[in-house]
Amino acid sequence: MPPESQTCQYLTQPEIRFLDAAVERLIPADDLGPGAKDAGVTYFIDQQLVSVWGSHGRNYRAGPWPEGTPQQGFQSRLTPREIYRAAIREVNVHCLKQYQKAFEFLAPGEQDEVLKGLESGAIELASVSSKLFFKLLLRNTMEGFFADPMYGGNRDKAGWKLIGFPGVPASNYNDLIDEHNVPYRVEPVSILDVLHERVKLDSQGLPKHVRLKDEGRNGR
Amino acid sequence: MTATKLKPVDAVVVGTGIVGSILAKELADAGLKVVALERGRVIDPQHDFASPYTYDELKYDRHSDIFQDLSRETITFRNNPREMALPMREMGSFKPGEAVGGTSLHWGTHARRFLPWDFETRSRVTERYGKSRIPNDCTTQDWGISYEELEPYYDQFEHLYGVGGKAGNLNGEIQPGGNPFEGPRSREYPNPPSPMTYAGTMFANACRELGYHPHVNPVAAQTQAYTNPYKLVLGQCIRGGFCSSHACSMGAKANPLTTVMPALIKQSNFELRPLSNVIKVNLDSDGKRATGVTYLDAAGREFEQPAELVILAAYTFNNVRLMLLSGIGEPYDPAKHRGVVGRNYSYQSAGRVTCFFDEKVFNPFMGGGARATSIDEFNGDNFDHSGLDFFGGAYLSVASGGAMPIRSIHVPPGTPRWGAEWKRAAAHYYQRNFTVRLHGACQSYRQNYLDLDPNYRDANGLPLLRMTFDWGDNERKASAWITKKAEEIAKAMNPSRMSAEPTAGHYDIVPYQSTHNVGGAAMGADPATSAVNKYLQSWDVSNVFVIGGCNFPQNSANPPTGTIGALACWAADSIRDLYLERPGPMA
Repeated sequence: MPPESQTCQYLTQPEIRFLDAAVERLIPADDLGPGAKDAGVTYFIDQQLVSVWGSHGRNYRAGPWPEGTPQQGFQSRLTPREIYRAAIREVNVHCLKQYQKAFEFLAPGEQDEVLKGLESGAIELASVSSKLFFKLLLRNTMEGFFADPMYGGNRDKAGWKLIGFPGVPASNYNDLIDEHNVPYRVEPVSILDVLHERVKLDSQGLPKHVRLKDEGRNGR
Repeated sequence: MTATKLKPVDAVVVGTGIVGSILAKELADAGLKVVALERGRVIDPQHDFASPYTYDELKYDRHSDIFQDLSRETITFRNNPREMALPMREMGSFKPGEAVGGTSLHWGTHARRFLPWDFETRSRVTERYGKSRIPNDCTTQDWGISYEELEPYYDQFEHLYGVGGKAGNLNGEIQPGGNPFEGPRSREYPNPPSPMTYAGTMFANACRELGYHPHVNPVAAQTQAYTNPYKLVLGQCIRGGFCSSHACSMGAKANPLTTVMPALIKQSNFELRPLSNVIKVNLDSDGKRATGVTYLDAAGREFEQPAELVILAAYTFNNVRLMLLSGIGEPYDPAKHRGVVGRNYSYQSAGRVTCFFDEKVFNPFMGGGARATSIDEFNGDNFDHSGLDFFGGAYLSVASGGAMPIRSIHVPPGTPRWGAEWKRAAAHYYQRNFTVRLHGACQSYRQNYLDLDPNYRDANGLPLLRMTFDWGDNERKASAWITKKAEEIAKAMNPSRMSAEPTAGHYDIVPYQSTHNVGGAAMGADPATSAVNKYLQSWDVSNVFVIGGCNFPQNSANPPTGTIGALACWAADSIRDLYLERPGPMA
């Protein structure tokens, strides 16, 4: 179960199960650290779909709606909320037909096969372009894994720890510019860490980074 | 609906970005009563751009409310006149702003001057390589102003914006460490250059081995605390990243809010009206003189602001659109190849060579602004194009703008885009790569232009601006050839892996490239091929000045902002010293 404050507001239970399974294939848990599911990416996507972006509130939404060329960009009449809702149901229809199981019950190799079919457009969905859905899903998964944890993803700063990103900067970077090929490895600091005073601040209001002793394996 | 007619003012300025703020300040200083109309909201940097909230990639790079709200107004786009233009429904290739301060609130702070050659491209190419070097459909032309004429205004803008850098040419004398190809400058930059990063140093060493002249890119993210000529204090950049498309919480990014507005807003003969969207410049009955502008306030109420002088200082798109909506100048018709408004729309080409290193770590999150190590050997006409099949070029740079994790994870070519293998590569290479980037020029072409869209309208029912644009073969060839040069430099740095991507195929409005949209209201010496004269005064309506990137007849490889700032200072001077003395056509 997700943390109490992370209850999805838009996604339904089957949609949550689909996304948990799908985002985990896009960024799987392994010896390097948690995957997208445990990093809260499904909840992140839910919150994005609830947000202004989810209904394309700041995008141009008047018709007509011809398909256009790839260079002309997004031309769907559907909003991200609507695309997720339609596409998840239709991908499961495909999975039931092809494998007699919903996506979440497929073996990882089969799940990858489905995701690749969406990515390439080989799997056709009834009401939405599979490529468009996959593009959104991959984009939102990356955003959810690497955005500030205040949006619900990147839980425990898993994404930042993976690559060694420090988050909110310290004010000492100018002093380090001549330290060539010396990795700067710190405990990442999120916006919430600053707001909740989980980190000491300097006179400019920026965090004092805590250097990590263990250089680790990853980006670290 | 009838407009409420307001009390006349001396000058109305449309837009409060770099151009509008400078014009408003200089004209207010000259004693004029000035009103500035801004479609966006007021920004209070102390609160709107407070730390730690600015360190939010998702908000600023993706969903920022200081970007233009496309639900109300966007542009339509197509690659060529045979296609139907469709609306740019979401932000992609470029990110125009919408707030007091304009697009420069989130600019990257690149402050390179254009080359002297850039202002005389057609003459110089013809002179050196013959007329046949310029393709038949290419409408690249001279600017009607020279680098020498603009130099004092580059200098003025650089001091206003606290640009940090190292001169390469001081009054004709080449300076060690600077860019030897730049035009002569009258004095040093107001602030010191930013020190080179590890990646920048590797690039510089490789360039030197090949006989090139690496230099530090000039940058308007302050390299030290700075007090500008309006007595405003800018903070020092901490190189904390979250810079391009972000607002700066350190007050280190030079923009109207840090360099002009706090001084201007105190002047009693200046008034700022935010959330005021100008929809038309009003002309008198014979169309030769503007009487003021009409705008809508936040509630949609219509106002008429009479003024003696109208300054269009909006983003490229809106300056051109307002001219078209108001009937100022003849709209460009590509079929007949006549008319001037919308003609010579241009952009900037690119190219990148990404180098991956297994044994080197670059701390890529440390950086800010346009900090970069650059070479100018392949820019403009700095190299001999004899035997080549293109003209113009690109400068190369290794930048340290601060690599944010959503935007800037690069993995070696051949890596899958997702899954376990991608994750391993992302973890390993995020810190272990950098890009040699081409910043390329873009020539203008007969079929690349701006006009009013016949199908799509904005929230006020007015036609959207339509962009018809594709890369020219000249740009594709230049990018391919210079990308090869970048690969040579990259190889000299011994990367374990490399990937090269020149500008190729069709222009695509989806991936972010640069907010360097220019042209459409070109300046020039000939009213048949330019919309404004060298003073940026409309050829047709002499009390309307149109100023900004829209004035470029084609684009240099160098980022446009320094030149836009210089043009603003030049226009302000020309209006104050020449126009106000004797109103009427200046050329």
